[in-house]
Amino acid sequence: MINFIGNRRKAYLLSLILITAGIISLAVFGLNLGIDFTGGTVLQFNLGEEVSMQEIEEALKPYDELEGAAVQIIQGRDLDGEPTDEGLIIRGPIMPEERRDALVNDFRDRFPGMGADDLRVESVGAVIGAELTRQALLSLFVAILAMVAYITFRFEFKFAVATITALLHNIVVVLGIFSILQMEINVPFVAAILTVFGYSVNDTIVIMDRIRENIKHRKKGDYVEVVNQSINQNLMRSINTSLTTLLVLGALLFGFHYFIGSLDLIVFVVALILGVFVGTYSSIFIASPLWLNLQDVNLSLNRHRKAA
Amino acid sequence: MKTTFKPGRFMILVLLCALIILSGVHAFQNAADREEGIRRGLDIAGGLYVLMEAVETGDQEVDDDAIERAIAVIRNRVDELGVAEPVIAPQGDDRIRIELPDLDDVEQAREIIGRTAMLAFVGPDGEEIVTGAHLERARAERQPERSPYPFVSLEFDSEGTSLFAEATEKYFGEPIAIYLDDEVISEPVVRAVITEGHATIEGNFDYEEASELALLLRSGSLPVELRELESRLVGPTLGQRTEEIAALAAAVGLVLVLLFMIAYYRLAGIIAGMALAFYLSMVLWALNYLPTTLTLPGIAGLILSIGMAVDANVIIFERIKDELRSGRTIRSAMESGFQRAFRAIIDANVTTLIVTVVLFILASGPVRGFAVTLFIGIVCSMFTAIVLTRILMRLAFKSGIIQSGAYVGVKI
Repeated sequence: MINFIGNRRKAYLLSLILITAGIISLAVFGLNLGIDFTGGTVLQFNLGEEVSMQEIEEALKPYDELEGAAVQIIQGRDLDGEPTDEGLIIRGPIMPEERRDALVNDFRDRFPGMGADDLRVESVGAVIGAELTRQALLSLFVAILAMVAYITFRFEFKFAVATITALLHNIVVVLGIFSILQMEINVPFVAAILTVFGYSVNDTIVIMDRIRENIKHRKKGDYVEVVNQSINQNLMRSINTSLTTLLVLGALLFGFHYFIGSLDLIVFVVALILGVFVGTYSSIFIASPLWLNLQDVNLSLNRHRKAA
Repeated sequence: MKTTFKPGRFMILVLLCALIILSGVHAFQNAADREEGIRRGLDIAGGLYVLMEAVETGDQEVDDDAIERAIAVIRNRVDELGVAEPVIAPQGDDRIRIELPDLDDVEQAREIIGRTAMLAFVGPDGEEIVTGAHLERARAERQPERSPYPFVSLEFDSEGTSLFAEATEKYFGEPIAIYLDDEVISEPVVRAVITEGHATIEGNFDYEEASELALLLRSGSLPVELRELESRLVGPTLGQRTEEIAALAAAVGLVLVLLFMIAYYRLAGIIAGMALAFYLSMVLWALNYLPTTLTLPGIAGLILSIGMAVDANVIIFERIKDELRSGRTIRSAMESGFQRAFRAIIDANVTTLIVTVVLFILASGPVRGFAVTLFIGIVCSMFTAIVLTRILMRLAFKSGIIQSGAYVGVKI
């Protein structure tokens, strides 16, 4: 049996470092918010020919508003592994409709091979981004309250506190890592974070269920033993489940990276993969030991009360 | 305890598995059909999504009627394009959401939506008589004592009245064309000189047609100004590629999961694979027949629910192994394993279901779609793990092909 509880201080320390680093990075650098949050324009074209950065800059010259915009060339592969035409992605501030249309037409004149079917022109107003953020935060908040209620009802309040703490820990860690990596995030990232949310809770509850069951058979007061035993009994399940989920995610990551090469999709899968790792880790090393600590606090409080 | 091989039971098991695989293949083929299958979001199918905000102009307030009129104008234009399943719907108090999937010419569509509505009455000589700005009211009416057909009554403001009076005198007996944008929506013949500003358009339309015409006429009479808040145009092949790659990757991932499960849980792994196949066909079926739209975030939800479907099976099998290790017979280990796993599966999934319900109520757009997909996925995964895995395991045991713990991956 592995002594998880005996090593919990090391885990707490690791998490503390991760969270501190994440929060510092979030405070200093923030997140690299994409147009879904900040508002702006994204244009993606397939120019149908090999084009130098110079030519692209030349083509963009009449569009002052795009000065300093990020221009990126992406390349994917078709299903036979042959490289496809290079794609061009331009990310800039909000452009009025006429300007966007003018730009598309300009590019079409300049690069006659430009595809009509594989382009993307997206423009998001700043209001929408603010709404998205507000909605996501409100939803998270209400969902947390609802879960505290359910877990308290089915288990006990301390389980709820431990589960939610682990959950918040996971979200902060994933956000922190994204802040450190400065990967651009958009709507799919919100979905990924919510998925991490679901996965974490699911993973933790199964261990909590074991603890709940083992408490019935415990020797008097020996919670350390119970928690350790519960984690160990559940260990193969934790490993196998995260492994199978990672297999699917790994295949997706490879597919998006190798065949499409678009960063948006990669960000989305990377967030999910991080979430599975952090979620599994926190169920074992954070949520369960935390419950034990809460239990200790309770016991010593009771002792105090009895003594008084 | 050894059980003897029972060919009858075994045949039932094989038949059941064959049915599951067949339904899986069928559901997959069905879903893969881009025309008839699962409704795809614009990020996958390609198309145009525009969110417009109505802004007050002059004396025109933004109210339900103004929004309804603006929607009528856009719908009228979109119909010209011949888009298969356009969505033009109000959102909130002052917004209009437009979704046009599978467009042939995306740029043209964008241009058409963006234009301001322009209603004009034009004489047979091509001279403009009066514009929609002077039209105060247009509505469908029915007066059986006057005419068996419903008609549209119009009312002009003072300037419109005099302009219209002049024109009806000039073009008496001739047709006047009513243009909305560049399209003639009606071409009534002048039957009387109208000096009071009250005109009627008669024709043999039914009441619905008359209402529609009235709505279009009102729409042209200066509805609110529409400002674009958000616009996403995705070329059809771009989205299709994403979908192909995602489907391929998911298939490869699932095969890997299956191989792992079989390597680790042996015969039970095959049963888990069957449960997974059935889970997938259930989800695809549900997505197909429920009014849902699959988006990229939705695919994330599906992946999570695949993980949870496997997880439920893993929980069950690990429980059975535990029971076997504590010395139970395979039969009682299976029963108590299922029983004990049941509670964990329910509690873990219900908490996630709570999240999806909250998201569904509070969120909108893609996040809401994600919630729906995840909800469907979780319900299906719970059902297959709790019900189907159990049935198959029992059947496998009763038919005598599970003889000992080795068949579920336990070495004792």
